Amino acid sequence: MISLTDFMIVSAVLFCVGLYMIVTKQNAIQILIGIELMLNAAILNLVAFGRYDRFNNGGQMFALFAIVLAAATTAVALAIILNVYKRYKTIDPGRVDNLKD
Amino acid sequence: MTMLRVLFYAMSFIALASAIFVASTKNLVRSVFMFFVTLFALAGLYVLALADFVAITQIVIYVGGILVLILFAFMLSGKENLNYISTRQNKFISINKIAGFFLSALFLVVLVNVIIKIDANNLDWVKRSVSGKTDIQPDANVTENIGVNLMTTYLLPFEVISILLMIALIGAAHLSRKEQSA
Repeated sequence: MISLTDFMIVSAVLFCVGLYMIVTKQNAIQILIGIELMLNAAILNLVAFGRYDRFNNGGQMFALFAIVLAAATTAVALAIILNVYKRYKTIDPGRVDNLKD
Repeated sequence: MTMLRVLFYAMSFIALASAIFVASTKNLVRSVFMFFVTLFALAGLYVLALADFVAITQIVIYVGGILVLILFAFMLSGKENLNYISTRQNKFISINKIAGFFLSALFLVVLVNVIIKIDANNLDWVKRSVSGKTDIQPDANVTENIGVNLMTTYLLPFEVISILLMIALIGAAHLSRKEQSA
């Protein structure tokens, strides 16, 4: 049997890689990928713990909801990124520094 | 038993190595494609945690939906933009990269410390579940149980999330519309 600690360490490393991407990348899409990595780390934890709950399936159910929420977030975020690109001709968050007027 | 361990280490190595590649490569398109590999390896890890339905959902939604969306936005956001970023990153190995690396490394140290201190296998409810045989066995029929639970215990969250998904789709369609009537 694979222990819970193994799963948690893998997800901790994934989470930190996602954190690194969010802090250092200068491209909005790569920042979004970093967020997805962090979400996946969280989902891995949920699934690993959900194994010890046979009747309610709390962990797996929450993982499913989290995946669907991530899909919704990504759709909206990408629409926003495309709009930003249309207006500023760049998707570097550091250079998006104007309001509309 | 030992086969399981080998599979687990292989899967987690693939997932972590490709994630680090995604974070470190200069070539942006390649990093998006490498993210495919990370997601597939994570789906494999979910299977090893006896959550096959979640693994399939991961492949269908993440790999089939989200990643195609990301690639789509990537292609739409222009070539000169990609070139601009990759040339500028070469010029200065910037201070914020070092700072970000230290931040995430220290965060990793904290997280690993917490995980080792917690010692999740000896948690109260986990031990109770193992001794009471209420953990998922490898031959269990999980998907059926998930379906029944989705229609009974988790009916309200299920409906709420369907409404939220519709709101998000309408919002995305509205945001990406042409500007003239906004």
